[in-house]
Amino acid sequence: MSKKESKFPEVDTGVYFTTGNFAAAEGALAVGCKFFGGYPITPSSEIAEHMSVRLPQVNGHFVQFEDELASIIGILGASWGGFKSMTATSGPGYSLMVENIGLGMMTETPCVIINVQRGGPSTGLPTLVGQQDVMQVKWGSHGDFEPIALSPNSVQECFDLTIEAFNYAEKYRVPVTLLMDETLGHMSEKLIIPDDSKINRINRKKPTVPPEEYLPYKADDDLIPPMAVAGEGYNVMVTGLTHDERGYPVLNAETQDKLVRRINDKIRLNKNKIIRTEEYLLDDAEIALISFGSSARAAKGSVNRARKKGIKVGLLRLITIWPFPDEIIAKLAENVKKIYVPEINYGQVTREVQRAVQGKTEVEGIFILGGAIHTPEQILKEIEKGL
Amino acid sequence: MVEEKVKLQESKEHPLDGFLREGRIPHIFCPGCSLGSITNILLEAILESEYDPKDVAVVSGIGCTGRIAGYLNFDSFHTTHGRAIPFSIGLSVTDPNRKVIVISGDGDLFAIGGNHIIHAARRNANLTVICVNNFNYGMTGGQAGPTTYPGQVQTTTPYGSQEQPFNIPDLMASCGAAYVARWTALDVRRVKEAFSEAIAKNGFSFVEVLGSCPTTFGRRNQLAEGKKILEFFRENTVLNHNADTRDVSISHDSPIIVGRFIDRDERPTLTENLLKIQRMSQAKK
Repeated sequence: MSKKESKFPEVDTGVYFTTGNFAAAEGALAVGCKFFGGYPITPSSEIAEHMSVRLPQVNGHFVQFEDELASIIGILGASWGGFKSMTATSGPGYSLMVENIGLGMMTETPCVIINVQRGGPSTGLPTLVGQQDVMQVKWGSHGDFEPIALSPNSVQECFDLTIEAFNYAEKYRVPVTLLMDETLGHMSEKLIIPDDSKINRINRKKPTVPPEEYLPYKADDDLIPPMAVAGEGYNVMVTGLTHDERGYPVLNAETQDKLVRRINDKIRLNKNKIIRTEEYLLDDAEIALISFGSSARAAKGSVNRARKKGIKVGLLRLITIWPFPDEIIAKLAENVKKIYVPEINYGQVTREVQRAVQGKTEVEGIFILGGAIHTPEQILKEIEKGL
Repeated sequence: MVEEKVKLQESKEHPLDGFLREGRIPHIFCPGCSLGSITNILLEAILESEYDPKDVAVVSGIGCTGRIAGYLNFDSFHTTHGRAIPFSIGLSVTDPNRKVIVISGDGDLFAIGGNHIIHAARRNANLTVICVNNFNYGMTGGQAGPTTYPGQVQTTTPYGSQEQPFNIPDLMASCGAAYVARWTALDVRRVKEAFSEAIAKNGFSFVEVLGSCPTTFGRRNQLAEGKKILEFFRENTVLNHNADTRDVSISHDSPIIVGRFIDRDERPTLTENLLKIQRMSQAKK
């Protein structure tokens, strides 16, 4: 495809005081996103609005679809047209998208979904924070698949991790979810957009064989098949049905086993490359906090306050939520007396931590069920109660 | 010419061989089903069009007609139920020279996918949409659908349907489609002409083909063979290109009106509008 010139930059280098939603949109543009399909929903709409301004400036397309069902499959279509593509939504919209996220998993279609979480279930708290879509990302669509989900906790990370989300999507050929939340989406802080040369861009693997030798779902040793897209003369065959290496539907247990195992294993085998966590004062900690997103900011504050009182608390912040960092948490469990999990839901990550810890230490969630973020004092109070 | 035909017959090759996916035939369609001949007509129309096959993509949803994309040796996409159209919008806008053809059934396009098709017509998306209407959900065993007419017996309307079906051509016309035609599977020459015209159209073009479904529609409605359904079409259709689309509803006891109802070039396409927005956005600085 010929590349049109534009006087507007994909990477709008500079220092900003801005919101997480703005930062995420600019991150997508910086990594080369050229198609946005979306439907308005609070608290994510600013991402769509900003993309509607900026995408055409860099020769991309913004389409406001009629609903989230169309938005998600529209970005799959654009991805098969060769564009890096994304959508942005919140919990109710994500609920509508999950079927076609499954299609993206099955057809190995790179794309990014930003979920700016709000309180649920149902319409819940449209304008207030939640972290209640963690499990929806993992289990929302039917069948077995290994999603990738990243969780930023600052405006800068909304930019940085959107780039990473695209890179993982392109590298592993999967839909990747960026799990933001309302607080992050709407709060303002410093954002540095670096020079174009500093942006790491990964593009999907292309076939190296001529069309007559190409099998669209024959994977390389890394379990990822090279991706020809529409218009390249490869006559790609794409179906959500269970398919063989040719992409042809073959409906039996053997083909199902081979395909579903591979699309899961390509993530499982690479999970150590995908999993990112951040440790804060964990070296001598007797009590650990495990948190993510905007909750992790409060958790960090509570670590500082506890340390001032002489309580040895540290923080493990999950940057990658899925695949879940089981081994890192299991190891942590051997060195601490207790793990607290502050999160803005009723125990979604807490239960995963309990699973990873396997009884090696005590695990307790500190829950807000949506509508507010924790205060450091609130978390500290829970820690002190348990001493 | 005769020599060529003899050669072809002896070679046991079919002129469309390279355009059907090797290893995917035999297809799954029932005896008496019209989807085989509709596939054949579609292939011929594509090959006779101005498009390089490389620039043609065929997209289907779910259902019997939804299987057609998967038999064709183009870039072909078999998506989820009801979502062929928004997938195609994403696919089509990435390349203004690409021809995206959606072929799917009435249930897929007008029940579960109904919201998408009306918006695609409203936007004048650059798509050719072919709806094979068999009056029921065939793949799942013959349940009633959005085209089931009053009195029609299906597995979920055992006492006869009491609902009004969509008047599909009128719906498409009122949403702004640039081209709207309806033919039956019996009108092979007309269907071919309509497919060719629809493919040549810039913007949202739509063809409804009334298909024969003896297995799950016909045998519950006194039309238990493909031939009987086609005979029914022959005896009960009236050609009227100038029909007011408001008058082309299908019911059991009035003639079915077929024809090329709408053919207009009044509006820019979605892709043209998106490219225009690019120019507007870049003119500012």
